[in-house]
Amino acid sequence: MSDNDALLIPRLREKALTIRRHIIRMTTKAGSGHPTSSLSAVEVVVALYFGGLLRYRAQEPSWPQRDRFILSKGHAAPLLYAVLAEAGYFPVEQLDTLRQIGSPLEGHPNMRRLPGVEASTGSLGQGLSIGLGHALACRLDGYDSRVYVLLGDGEVNEGQVWEAVMAAVKYRVDNLVAIVDHNGYQQTGPTREVLDLDPLPPKFAAFGWHAEEIDGHDWSAVLRALRSASQRTGQPSVIVARTIKGYPIHQLLAEQNYHGKALTPADAEKALALLSGGS
Amino acid sequence: MKLGKSTREAFGLALAELGARYDDIVVLDADVHNSTRTEYFAQRFPQRFINVGIAESNLVSVASGLAASGKRPWLASFACFVMCNAFDQLRMSVAFPALDVKVVGSHAGISIGEDGPSQMGIEDVALACVLPNFTVVVPADEASTRQAVWALAELRGPAYLRVGRPNVPVVYESEVPLRLGRANCLRDGRDLTIIANGLMVAAALEAAEELARLGVSVRVLDMHTVKPLDHEAVARAARETGRIVVAEEHLKHGGLGSAVAQSVAEQCPVPMRFVALNDTYAESGTPQDLLRKYELTAADIVRAARSLLQT
Repeated sequence: MSDNDALLIPRLREKALTIRRHIIRMTTKAGSGHPTSSLSAVEVVVALYFGGLLRYRAQEPSWPQRDRFILSKGHAAPLLYAVLAEAGYFPVEQLDTLRQIGSPLEGHPNMRRLPGVEASTGSLGQGLSIGLGHALACRLDGYDSRVYVLLGDGEVNEGQVWEAVMAAVKYRVDNLVAIVDHNGYQQTGPTREVLDLDPLPPKFAAFGWHAEEIDGHDWSAVLRALRSASQRTGQPSVIVARTIKGYPIHQLLAEQNYHGKALTPADAEKALALLSGGS
Repeated sequence: MKLGKSTREAFGLALAELGARYDDIVVLDADVHNSTRTEYFAQRFPQRFINVGIAESNLVSVASGLAASGKRPWLASFACFVMCNAFDQLRMSVAFPALDVKVVGSHAGISIGEDGPSQMGIEDVALACVLPNFTVVVPADEASTRQAVWALAELRGPAYLRVGRPNVPVVYESEVPLRLGRANCLRDGRDLTIIANGLMVAAALEAAEELARLGVSVRVLDMHTVKPLDHEAVARAARETGRIVVAEEHLKHGGLGSAVAQSVAEQCPVPMRFVALNDTYAESGTPQDLLRKYELTAADIVRAARSLLQT
């Protein structure tokens, strides 16, 4: 760990705690949403937005030379909204309107309604292709912008993901970084039982991607992998982030049988107390 | 009528012209550029041409990303493959965010001939029309296809352009400007209106001649834009001629006929007939044999008109 990271990581940890609180509060208030799928990817997304990796201007969301972050696993919208609010794209108070009629914070991200949302997602499998399009456009414009796409591990069941994987190699799109939030669960059960794609990195590597697997809750590992991917030339990169669904309150969630559901107000209180105690 | 180029050829040539005029036009292909004729653009502007391989889903979503970053992508494949294989991508990546992606479906209709039903786009217009935010254009011939390409280039938003494989009769001797959403009246008449698009426009004109010989005065509208439909022209046709025949090289349900019928029902109900592919897939054969067997000729329009005149 560098000296800078010794200062940075505590700040990121604090930010992650704030984001997790938002996720639990807003989904419980909405009475639905996907808190567990949002919680698993917090470190990766917080590192991107607050760890000096993503270049963006919250006051100028369409700044042409910005880096792009695309949430391909659109059901983790509460995570994206919490991060965008903390980054200054819109007021934090707006998080309370999640999933309410008239609110731009829809169940899945809608790029036409909320600043900072780069793609309308929610039909799994399309985000990597959209990211590839952004990456190619930036290259045509001569910008060194980078495009980061967060996918779910269930999402990589979709054939379109692999269509994008192949095309990105053909065009040597090295400003594209895929991150797979490998939390091990998809809608009806463990990924290992539904459609086992482990080990993922060699599959990406076989197509010509630079691939590595990391502990997605280890700040040093997350920062190192993202920095390395953002510097790579000649090929696209994938980071398979091994994560825990519902982290770090997964035990509580498992006991109460929360799978893709919002917490009850009482359990949300317990979860928030747990968060404040540890992490 | 004199035979001109195919509408796919006219599209390919116009797209290359467009590329020379605008440097933000990017063209995407799913490995059929020699069929769709995007090859002309590819030869002149290789840096702005992307062949993603035989992968229509990726084709559409990559175009979406390019559009979201400010490019003006045009993608082309066979009508059946791009509309049917990539429909969810058209829905989520293009229609829902209303991005400026131009989708071109070639080899539309049954007039592709010998390659048979697996290659025939006969559901494409219905699928395109059902997508919110989409403009849908089906030009009749070479000159109007070129006009359609330039008109669509001025439009900021998603659109579907349908083109065909065979050489088709020349409907427009000179370049008549094509205004999106505004039908072209090719012939005026009092007794009946034939509303057609694509290669059925030439058949409609031929049918109108035949009907004139029988003493029937026929109006012919080239309804190149199926969406947004020219409701005013439809209402005038219903009010002023009292009978409407719709002719299209597409399945009867969901295409131009359905759109016109909806408009007529809302504005001025009159008796109608529909010359279209009747809830069936076709087969291999020469284009002419297929159009005859599946009742998409001038003679079929005349028959529909005569039955309508008896009502």
